[in-house]
Amino acid sequence: MKKRVISMLMVAAMTASMIAGCGAKGQPQAENGTEAGGQTATGNKVLNIYAWNEEFKSRMADHYPGYEVVDATHGKIGDVDVVWNITPSDDNAYQNNLDAQLLKQADAADNDKIDIFLIEADYALKYVDTEYTMSMADLGITDEDTSKMYQYTKDVVTDSNGNLKGLSWQAAPGVLFYNREVAKEVLGTDEPAKVQEYVKDWDTFTQTAQTMKDAGYFMTSSVMDTYRVYSNNVTSKWVEDGKINIDKNIMKWVEDSKKLYDMGATGTHAMWSDDWKKGFYPEGKVFCYFGPAWLINFCMAADQEGSVGNLGQWGAATGPQGFFWGGTWICAATGTDDAELVKDIILKLTTDDAIMKDIVEKDDDFANNKVVMDEMAQSTEYSSKVLGGQNPLGMYCAGVETIDLSQLSQYDSGCNADFQSAVTNYFEGNATLEEALDIFKSATIERYPELAE
Amino acid sequence: MKKKNQRKVVRYNKWGYIFLIPFVVIYLIFQFYPLLTTFYNSFFENYRSGLTQIGPNFIGLENYKTLFSNGELLTYTKNTFIMWIMGFVPQILLALILGAWFSDPSLRLKGQRFFKTVIYLPNLIMASAFAMLFFTLFSDGGPINALLLDLGIIQERIKFMSHVGSTRALVASMNTLMWFGNTTILLMAGMMGIDTELFEAAQVDGAKPTQIFFRITLPLLRPILVYTLITSLIGGVQMFDVPQILTNGSGNPVRSTMTLIMYLNKHLYSRNYGLGGALSVLLFILTAALSLLVFRITTKKED
Repeated sequence: MKKRVISMLMVAAMTASMIAGCGAKGQPQAENGTEAGGQTATGNKVLNIYAWNEEFKSRMADHYPGYEVVDATHGKIGDVDVVWNITPSDDNAYQNNLDAQLLKQADAADNDKIDIFLIEADYALKYVDTEYTMSMADLGITDEDTSKMYQYTKDVVTDSNGNLKGLSWQAAPGVLFYNREVAKEVLGTDEPAKVQEYVKDWDTFTQTAQTMKDAGYFMTSSVMDTYRVYSNNVTSKWVEDGKINIDKNIMKWVEDSKKLYDMGATGTHAMWSDDWKKGFYPEGKVFCYFGPAWLINFCMAADQEGSVGNLGQWGAATGPQGFFWGGTWICAATGTDDAELVKDIILKLTTDDAIMKDIVEKDDDFANNKVVMDEMAQSTEYSSKVLGGQNPLGMYCAGVETIDLSQLSQYDSGCNADFQSAVTNYFEGNATLEEALDIFKSATIERYPELAE
Repeated sequence: MKKKNQRKVVRYNKWGYIFLIPFVVIYLIFQFYPLLTTFYNSFFENYRSGLTQIGPNFIGLENYKTLFSNGELLTYTKNTFIMWIMGFVPQILLALILGAWFSDPSLRLKGQRFFKTVIYLPNLIMASAFAMLFFTLFSDGGPINALLLDLGIIQERIKFMSHVGSTRALVASMNTLMWFGNTTILLMAGMMGIDTELFEAAQVDGAKPTQIFFRITLPLLRPILVYTLITSLIGGVQMFDVPQILTNGSGNPVRSTMTLIMYLNKHLYSRNYGLGGALSVLLFILTAALSLLVFRITTKKED
């Protein structure tokens, strides 16, 4: 009898501890939830911002009046708490997270609702063409407010009914950044206009690559560097009538890149890999990278001692073809409980002339404001330290006019990634061109089951 | 009196069931129910395109047809098995040698405990972290290449991740490293279970150590060996994290390191529960068959 009592007690204790265990686990989570959701005790409002890197956060911290940094993921504007939800783009993690949250948006508590989220051109249409983004007109931002912006930045985020659904503080016309020291040594000059002669079209570019190779340098870090330049100058979309379509300019990239790779003038590493980044330092022996202003100011290790950027040894030239790459757009999420503040943030950070100028001077970015940019391009006051005192704004101003976005589709981000990964097999000689393209097609259909070959 | 006793027996049985409840409940909720829904889902077209949900529409066996018709399934099954064999053979050889040494009392190995712990350690590292480490070590500009260049063993950097053989070998060697300790301990347990009289008798008869190993240890170890083989095979079918991280999910070069589960993972990008479900069902059948096999072999021995 005694034994039975003890055993029953033990069972009771075990079950109790199990339940208590669950309860204890549940509770702090709930507490965390309200905390992250915004200290309801103090009655503060919460502004939830979703992003994939620190760029917008630093823009807010540096340029939005009244923004205070609290810690790595929190800020404050007056009595509103700003909560940053930053998920890297790798492996689509950012979009997966954002999608899950957006689909819950209607049912979420006010303080848990997404207020602002950021998007890139590659997948802008996926969000812009849905009801999850607010039109700027509904926020109270007028055409006049956005009149100084470059048209392409508005085209990216205009939905199929013509509503403007987002704004950007930057434009991202790309140029060619070359290593001045290498240029001096191999080409005998580091003047932008003269270097441009060596990279003025793709044939000359390939010839220069041979020269670089012979001198012991890589022309580009990876074949992927030139990809955007080709893929922005296409004449058809990735998907036409529900079928995968490979544009002939993309095939030209494959052909030219194969030549460069076989020559030994470049590698095949993926973008953003450590191997790709080697050329940010002199020891990497890379002659040039392609990219827009944000690449050089934000990504090329300019703040690391000993990097080419830190030494101010990059130069900028127009390159073989104009292109744009990336850029970040600010979207207001439908259902935001703080429309006034969202409107103010968007207005200040994308249309305010003084702030735009400040962004250019402080961050070497290229601001989305025609008037300010044209003015600064003429002035001798502004020069970029990273570019060894060159003022590249004129080059950007010219480049931005050539950007054509008529061939964007919502499949771009997946197709670009899958295509680069698939043709790497061809470059490296593991597959014939046809086999590589087959791999691309099956990867794309796995990603987007609604498509056909 | 007799009646009372019987009741007592029944009551004790009851406790058995009560103690089983936690397991059964958890199994039903987290294993059995998802298993059934997987079967159910495999008959539907159900995925997300952008932010738009498509389906679920009932399409019968269409998903299975798609899987079998494009022929990729076979390639990925082949990849999985090749990489498993490449990893399993050295693993079992290594484990046999180490197990024989550790369990041989005449060798009087010092620090046995220490080495048994050390060989098990790689298994404690998260597979993804391990793969990340290998990815960095063997990248084109990584330390292995730098080392080999500096030692003058190679003249040009080896692109480990750009060749089918070397990439597969990397995956296989990682699996070997992670699992040989585990296998060693299993085999050692089996070897120590063998009656020592047999060894002594053999020694008295003048058998050499190699003869003892091949004529006595190995035959008596067979049930354990078969068990290791089958469990490793089931684990091999589910190979995912190592090649996924090492190749950044692409299975490159030429998708030669794409395993079945990586293929499954590809379908989850678009939340393709239909096609993913169908693939899971096929994997379930494959592993179920293997498990049945192990069950039959082990029960037969006990008879």
